[in-house]
Amino acid sequence: MSENTDIKLVEAPEGVSGAGFFATSFEKVIGLARKHSLWPLPFATSCCGIEFMATMGSHYDISRFGSERPSFSPRQADILLVMGTIAKKMGPVVKQVYEQMSEPRWVVAVGACACSGGIFDTYSVLQGIDRVVPVDVYVPGCPPRPEQILDGLMRVQDLAENESLRRRNSPEYQALLASYNIK
Amino acid sequence: MEPTVDQYVPSDYLPILIQFAAALGFVIFALVLTHLLGPKRSSPVKDAAWESGIESVGDARTPISYKYFMTAILFVLFDVEIIFLYPWAVNFKSFGVEGFLQMLVFMGLLLAGFFYVIKKGILKWE
Repeated sequence: MSENTDIKLVEAPEGVSGAGFFATSFEKVIGLARKHSLWPLPFATSCCGIEFMATMGSHYDISRFGSERPSFSPRQADILLVMGTIAKKMGPVVKQVYEQMSEPRWVVAVGACACSGGIFDTYSVLQGIDRVVPVDVYVPGCPPRPEQILDGLMRVQDLAENESLRRRNSPEYQALLASYNIK
Repeated sequence: MEPTVDQYVPSDYLPILIQFAAALGFVIFALVLTHLLGPKRSSPVKDAAWESGIESVGDARTPISYKYFMTAILFVLFDVEIIFLYPWAVNFKSFGVEGFLQMLVFMGLLLAGFFYVIKKGILKWE
């Protein structure tokens, strides 16, 4: 039986361990659990969406990172991946989708068009989705390669791991949501 | 000595009731606790029905075709018949001819029902 060195197990957070038990803080455990089970909502509009389809495929598997269940409903999604050019008509739709997600939620702007409008500096294109929703991670590229999208997901994993459980009550978060007029 | 099956008294079955009560109690406890302790954020936009980001129009209540119900209910009936057939299949040798005739009557009644279903055309999908 050959040694299988391909499987990497998640290392336990620091805590007190003894015979048959392991004690650590809530935040660390919940952060660990959230980090490895982020369910995305792929808001795929154009070419970046096709790169995401490749990322979801078996070669650059996104379910390795815990995103086993991408769904197109915000009710059970953790991250909103906005991939593609968002027109100004689509802005309220993105905002509605973001508002209907339950917390904790993160937003990843994939591609140049979602980050800043891309090459479409025109009357109809929203110059970056951070004009309508608060964005956590920007993935530049036109389109970004699947490895870059996975890197963006890993940055969201870092955010999820270290997010305080009381963040939704903090004044900075409330101010952030108020600046976007999100209740 | 453990009492044999003929000597069980009703109070011997008390542990089942206790376990059922414990399971029910845990479910209620978990539901109530998460309802009280869980953080909530409620706003008109968030509570609106999801319709892919646009304003939702109309009601979701539309009449559903009855063929789905018919298929499901007939499946349940014949599935229960199959469940009755399993113990008979295990023991049919010891039942003899009499048991065979009883089983024939049982299946014949259900077969008559099936014949009626086919003649009425209930299983036609379109």
